[in-house]
Order: sequence, then C-alpha cells, then structure tokens
Amino acid sequence: MPIPSATAAARIRPSATAPELLRNFCIIAHIDHGKSTLADRMLQLTGVVDARAMRAQYLDRMDIERERGITIKSQAVRMPWELDGTPYALNMIDTPGHVDFTYEVSRSLAACEGAVLLVDAAQGIEAQTLANLYLALENDLQIIPVLNKIDLPAAQPEKYAEEIAGLVGGDPADVLKVSGKTGEGVEALLDRIVRTVPAPVGDADAPARAMIFDSVYDTYRGVVTYVRVVDGRLDPRERIVMMSTRATHELLEIGVISPEPVPTKGLGVGEVGYLITGVKDVRQSKVGDTVTNAAKPADQALGGYSDPKPMVFSGLYPIDGSDYPALRDALDKLKLNDAALNYEPETSVALGFGFRVGFLGLLHLEIVRERLEREFDLDLISTAPNVVYDVTLEDRTEVVVTNPSEFPAGKIREVREPMVKATILTPSEFVGTIMELCQTRRGDLQGMDYLSEDRVEMRYTLPLAEIVFDFFDHLKSRTRGYASLDYDTTGDQAADLVKVDILLQGEQVDAFSAIVHKDKAYAYGVSMTAKLKDLIPRQQFEVPIQAAIGSRIIARETIRAMRKDVLAKCYGGDISRKRKLLEKQKEGKKRMKTIGRVDVPQEAFIAALSSDGGGAKDAKDAKKK
Amino acid sequence: MSPALPEGDPAPADGALPASATVGADARRFGVYLHVPFCAVRCGYCDFNTYTATELGGGASLAAYATTALAEIALADRVLRAADLPTRPVSTVFVGGGTPTLLPVDDLARLLDGVRTTWGLAPGAEVTTEANPDSVTPDGLQRLAAAGFTRVSFGMQSAVPHVLATLERTHDPARIPDVVRWARDAGLRVSLDLIYGTPGESLDDWRRSVEVALSTGVDHVSAYALVVEAGTRMAVQVRRGELTLPDEDDQATKYELVDDLLTDAGLAWYEVSNWARTPQDASRHNLGYWRGDDWWGVGPGAHSHVGGVRWWNVKHPRAYADRLGRGLSPAAGREVVDAATARLERVMLGVRIAEGLPVADLAPPARQAVAGLVADGLVDPRAALGADGGERRVLLTRRGRLLADAVVRALVD
Repeated sequence: MPIPSATAAARIRPSATAPELLRNFCIIAHIDHGKSTLADRMLQLTGVVDARAMRAQYLDRMDIERERGITIKSQAVRMPWELDGTPYALNMIDTPGHVDFTYEVSRSLAACEGAVLLVDAAQGIEAQTLANLYLALENDLQIIPVLNKIDLPAAQPEKYAEEIAGLVGGDPADVLKVSGKTGEGVEALLDRIVRTVPAPVGDADAPARAMIFDSVYDTYRGVVTYVRVVDGRLDPRERIVMMSTRATHELLEIGVISPEPVPTKGLGVGEVGYLITGVKDVRQSKVGDTVTNAAKPADQALGGYSDPKPMVFSGLYPIDGSDYPALRDALDKLKLNDAALNYEPETSVALGFGFRVGFLGLLHLEIVRERLEREFDLDLISTAPNVVYDVTLEDRTEVVVTNPSEFPAGKIREVREPMVKATILTPSEFVGTIMELCQTRRGDLQGMDYLSEDRVEMRYTLPLAEIVFDFFDHLKSRTRGYASLDYDTTGDQAADLVKVDILLQGEQVDAFSAIVHKDKAYAYGVSMTAKLKDLIPRQQFEVPIQAAIGSRIIARETIRAMRKDVLAKCYGGDISRKRKLLEKQKEGKKRMKTIGRVDVPQEAFIAALSSDGGGAKDAKDAKKK
Repeated sequence: MSPALPEGDPAPADGALPASATVGADARRFGVYLHVPFCAVRCGYCDFNTYTATELGGGASLAAYATTALAEIALADRVLRAADLPTRPVSTVFVGGGTPTLLPVDDLARLLDGVRTTWGLAPGAEVTTEANPDSVTPDGLQRLAAAGFTRVSFGMQSAVPHVLATLERTHDPARIPDVVRWARDAGLRVSLDLIYGTPGESLDDWRRSVEVALSTGVDHVSAYALVVEAGTRMAVQVRRGELTLPDEDDQATKYELVDDLLTDAGLAWYEVSNWARTPQDASRHNLGYWRGDDWWGVGPGAHSHVGGVRWWNVKHPRAYADRLGRGLSPAAGREVVDAATARLERVMLGVRIAEGLPVADLAPPARQAVAGLVADGLVDPRAALGADGGERRVLLTRRGRLLADAVVRALVD
C-alpha cells in the first residue's frame, strides 16, 4: 500500500535509507508487451505521480520513444511502498528491450537484485525477452514472472503461465497476472517485489564504489549519470574518479529520480540515483565504469566494464550536399548522448560527402537515422548496412574493412566475418521454412527445444552479414509474423567472400559495392543491375550497367539512349514560358549526381539503396514484432 | 483552360517601353501577330486561349472583335512612337487562333488594313492566316487574297478519321486536297499543320497522313508532337486511363518518318518542326520568333517582343476589351530580359533553326561543350568546324533535333 505517514516516509529518505529497506528491480519485457504502461501504473499507485500529471509512458523521455512505444535509454525511479507496516524504497530501473543494446541491458541488470519478467498473455515469450532473461539469470537476479494484458480477449494466461514456469522453474500458479491498462494485479506485484527481491548488500565503510548503468546528455545540465552504489557512499561536493579513465570530477549534484530529479544529501549502499559533474560528453561518463571517491579511492573497479563495439556500419549522406556541415553538427550532438555512436568522414563518388557510421545493430542505426532526420531536419541517404571484415592479404598484411568500397583489390589470403548466435522462437509449424531460410543464409543449426507443445526455440549460428540485410523481413513473412529473433555476437569465421562492384558506363559506383559470399555474387549483380536499369533515366547515349568481381563482369544491363527531348511548339511566341521550362530542367539537372557522364537523380540512389528491405527497414519491423 | 501566363513584372498602364527597347531596332524586323480567340468547338487537346461562346459581350464578342483589336493597333503605334522606335514597315503578319476564319473575311481585311495604314507593309511582306479546313470556301479564300493575304496555314492534323476523332477535330479529311487547291488557285501559298503521337495513332496512320499532305503538292508542312497539357480534356482522359499516350520512342520514330518522307518529296527542314520546299516557302513570321526579331502581339493573351522586352496581354476577351475601352494597355505583365537571360534565349531559340547558331554567340565554356555534342552525333561536325564555307555554327543533326532541349541545356550550363 502507499506510504501512510510522514514518520514512515522519513525512514526511507534518500541517502539515509537502510539497505534492508531498499529493493532494486528492473522489468524485462518484449517491445509492446506493456512495460511502459505497467510502469505508469506503478508510478500512480505509489503516489509519485498523481493522475493529473500522468501522461502515457511517463518515463520515456524522447518523443521517438513515446511514439514508437520503445525505451531507448534506461532510467531509474524511486518509489515508496509499504508492506506489513514497514516502509520500503523501490528503485525501478528501466532497461532497453532490444538486442542492439545488450551491453546496456546487462549493466542495468547488474544494478538490480530482482527482475520482473513481463510477458504478454496473448503472445507468450519472445526471443529477445528470452535473451534478457538469460542475462538476468547470469546476474543472479530474483525473477518474478508476470503475465500482462490479461484484460485482452485473446489472452491465454494458463497456456503462457505454463510456458514461463517451464523456463524459470516454479509453479504456473505462482505466475502473477496483471493488467497495466486497468491496474489489476499491480498492487500484488509491488508486494511481491518487496517480499521476494533481496535487499542490496554492501560494505558501508569501504571506499565508495558505484556502477554507472546509464548516462544521458541534457542540454541544460550536461551529462546526467545514473549510478548504483555498491559500497560506501557518495556525497555532494566531493571529488570523484572514473576508474577506467582516472578522470576526476567534482560532484556538483547528486540525487534520486522520483520521477523528476530531486537533489539529496548523498547516496548510500544499495541506493540508485544520479550524478551531475558538469561534463558535456557521455564518453567521459561511460556505462559500466566504476565511480569512486578521489580522496579515498577504491583499489578495484567493479567488474563487467567494456567499451561498446560497433557491429554494423552504414554510410550516411545528406541528400543536399550543402547539409554536410549540418550533418556533422548533428552527429556531434547525438554523440553527447550516445557513447556507442562513432563516425568518420567519408567521400563517395556517387553520394558526395558524408560519414561512415558504426552502430551497435540495426535498431540503433534506425534510431540514429530517425533522430537525425526528425530532430535535426536532415534528409539523408544511407547505404546498405554492412559488417566489419578482417582481410588478410597474401603478404600477411591485415586490413579491417568497414566500407565495402575499401575492400582490398590485391591477392587475398583470408577474409573473416563476424558471426552471431541467433535464437528464433516460432510456432512449430514453421520449423521447416525457417530451416530453409537459415540454410540460404549460411546458417548452422546448433539445437532445437520445444518450449511448449507448439512453440519451438531454434538456435543457429549465422554470419552477421546475412542477417543485417533482409533476414528479419523474410523470417516474418515466412512465419506470418509469428517468429521472433534474438542474436548475439559470437566470434568470427573465415568465409569465401568477394566484393561485387557496380559500374555505370565503366565507372564504379562506390555506394553500390557489396561484399557477398561467392555463391551469391551473381544474384546480387543481376538484381542490382536490373534495379538500376529501371531507376536511372535514359541519357543521350547508351549506358551499360555492369556488375563485376575485380575485372570479371558477372552481369550486365543496358539503358537505351534517349531518343526524344524537345518541345515542338512555341506557344504563339510565348518565349518566356519555354525559357522557364528550360530553367526548371536545368535546376533538375543540378540535383543529379554525375557518375562519369551519366546523370543519376538522387531518388535513384535512394530507391536502389532502400528497396530490397535493407537493414533500416528490418530494424523498423524488428521492434514492432 | 489555356496555358497560364508567365509570372513577370507588372506592365505599365500606358504600355510604355523602356529606352533599352530601341537599341539596335533598325537591324530587327518587325512583325504583327493577331490573335483571334474564337472557335466553333474546343478540341480536347487544345490549351490555346480560345472561346466558343461567340457572345462574350462588352466589345469582346466575335462581331465587335475586329474593332477592339484595331484599338490595340492604335495603342501600339502610340507606344512605339513614344519610345522613339523608328517606324518600320511590317515584314510579316500572322493571324492565329483560335480559328481566325470564324471571323468574317471583311473583318480580317479590316485588321490587315489597320496594320497597313498604321505602319505600312514591307515589299513582299508575308501575310498568313491560320484556317480550319471546315470553315473556308473558294470565294472566301479569293477575297482573303484580294485583301492582301499571301499565305494560309490549314490545321489538317491528320488524314485518318479515328485520329481526328480522338483529337475531336470535326473536319472531313477528304476536303484537304480541295481546300489546298482552292487556296493555291487564289494565289495563296499553303502550309499544312500535322500532329503526330495522338493516342491510338499507328505508324501507318501517321505515314498515311504525311502522304496525303504531300499528295496535295504543298510547299510547307509543320509537324508537331502532341503534347497533352495539364487542364485539357485530353489530360483528364489520359489520367482516367481512357486514352494511352504513345511513348517517346514512338514519337521519335514518327518524327524520323515525317522527316524522311518530306525530305524525299523535296522539302527540307528549316526549324525543328517545320519543313519547306524552298527557303522562300519557309514561314518568315515564325522564323522571326527564333531569330529574336520584334513583333507586336495583338489580342487577348497575345505575347509581344520588342528589343528585349517581352510582355503578354490579359487572357480573357472581356478584360482585354475593357482595358482598351478605357484607353489602357491590355498588357498583364512583362519582363525586361537581362543580358544573361538574353544569351540563354539566343541559344534556346537559335539552335532550333537550320541556319544554325553562330559559335561566336556562345559563352566560352559552352563553346567547349560543342565538341561533346559533336562526339555524341547531335551537332553537325562540318558546320561546327566551318568546313561548309560559312562561319562556325551549331547546326543540329537529325538526332540533335530530337534532343534539342538536351543540346540547349548542354550549351547554357
């Protein structure tokens, strides 16, 4: 029940709450399974947000998050709750739900002792949820299984309670049933959190150690860092050290979120809150890093820190070349808030000046792209996403290729490509079709388990390159949308890969170069040349479009020469009208990119790069389920 | 709906011309265009400024039209004098429409008299009227010739009934040889206008139309590709899928066919869409547009050009009559062409004629571009080198004529 009295509330004052009165938990859920709505109900029930101030998905800060119903950045909210006459402070740590952010998820989980496993009672558990559940078990979190949306007519709580119980152990009857929409069962859930999630344990007298599980750039405050204190305490105005970089900062402000930031007199063992030091770049406050006291530093950092590593690359180019400086500024600003984003200037013959941008995965790519377009009002072209290749030449020189057009031309000894472990959950009727799909994507079946009578978990290793293209689209369309996918990287493998170039009238169009498996080079060449033939308007001369591996042509199409481009009439001496048409045509030509002598409209590049359901489209569907 | 007027600057109420208009006027010929904005029926493809209601009233009706147009001729005279332009006898008159032959012959004669008494006609002046094959008689043509007309241009369009039906042309194609003969008997030179690329027109249909035109022994042919303009009835039919437009390849093939047939019959192209048996058979009035000569356009929606000033009249016959009735210029807007625009126009217009455009008239970078056009087979190499005896000039090959707009873009970039 909500905290009844001020005396009770005083016992759980931030910075002065005994660890045994703290409960730190997160919610693990698939996108659309109702995590944000459930969080809203908790905020209301615990009284930290009144009905008047309530807005849907209160915790999702960015517009994109609220609109898409997904949570990009985790946050922590402190909520009071009383059980059996004892007041407790619950810290709800919101985790990103998507596999692109696995590292961030793992750090969020490391800040908790318990996890609510939230599953849509009409849909059952999804592959990504399963992946995060594994992570939670790895972190020894107490799992509270919950079925959501029991108000839906299509809900099958009994069936899915059994499925969940089968996965986490325990009795199906212990699976809580709630409705974030109506609020049904949410009080019982809060009670269950207090009862079953262990209180944090730490050494209050040891040097301070706090783990950073998120850091967010705020225009007015600079970087806001979210921490979980493990040992000791942090106090305002003291100097702190980031243990990975040894950088010291002054703690300008420390506090908790409830649900707006409230400064406190510090944070003690087990507490979760935020720090402000005045730094302007999230790279100075890295997720996973350990914060300690400068005067009395800890010897050893908390484990688990690693630098985010981009897995997928794409070239981003402004459609209007004069927007290049604006794109650079926009990326610089996004970087303040996204430690995983990295980019380098790149020049493309076809697309002009742009950036090669590294992303954690496809959703990350799509979110960055959308933010650039929406928040910075930029029109962009992105090249087909690709992975990183390690190429060893005959002379043993090693080259790391993040852009297909930079694939070395000389004698190649070996090419290694990144691999993923993929988990696919599917109704059993689609097992055959999925095996077929994975086989064409060079997948290797590692195992298969029945989660329930008609739901199967299939485990594959696949080249990452095979799923960044249009794998997810195909998976969805072949299973009528029922299958779900999760993947995580797992080393690399040597493979027979070649670079296919596309030539327009003999000139290489760098934006269309692709690294593909030898067996698929021909198909790529044929489809790309055919596509461009339809997209590029006829010119005054015949234009051959070729696909080539090195100097060997593997596919060819021809755009026939244009035969007529003349207005026959001059309307009763209306020269002005004719001249204006001409001026319009000239303007149109300016918006074209010229490859050799061939004028290619910007739209042709966009269409050629975006049809085929490239990665960006995949990502869009991926979060919708 | 007729084509929208260009956007320009406001025209002065009295029509006064800036001093710049007089520069070099002595070297330019002066022509008069008379627009007759009436038709018995509006054709589905037509977007010209024309009206079928003959009773527009207020000086705008068909009956009052000649009187109203004569008022503009008087105004033109005042404006040209006020600008200190030398009085130049008129070298060409062209009456277009609409359907000029809907006007009584007497009215056409009165208009021509107005021109003659105001400025005088140059010796050997070319005086043309457009005519619908439906609306002429042997007697009417004789009277036109007697009034001073020297040339008639018939809107034949096609010899094939289903093509004419699609164009909503009402005339009987069988009349064509007759009307040509009547006109020639009256001492008039004759031109036939043809349209190719009408929906449903086969290559054989087109061949037949050209052959029928040639069978009349005509000395001048204009052949225009059908352009479906926004706002016409035909544009609606195309949008609804009731008519299917031929593709550009079909139009190109038909252009090549008409060029072959006319050339074999002894005619030669002198402008992208115009062929004549001898240089004297060419339409000098139309050449004036391409050469940058001066002309005064009389009538609703008519366009004029005098010494780098282009202007256009209000479109509606009532607004037109109203302005003139109040002693005001009927101009709706105008533009004074600056040097850069003038060069662009010079290229745009000059490359279309068989005289070619002197290379010296091109900006230096454009002169370099000529080499590429020669290499692509769009520009005649001998003319470009001056190897045919004349000055070096840009003369389009047949392929170049079909791609004339692309050539212009290459020369003005």
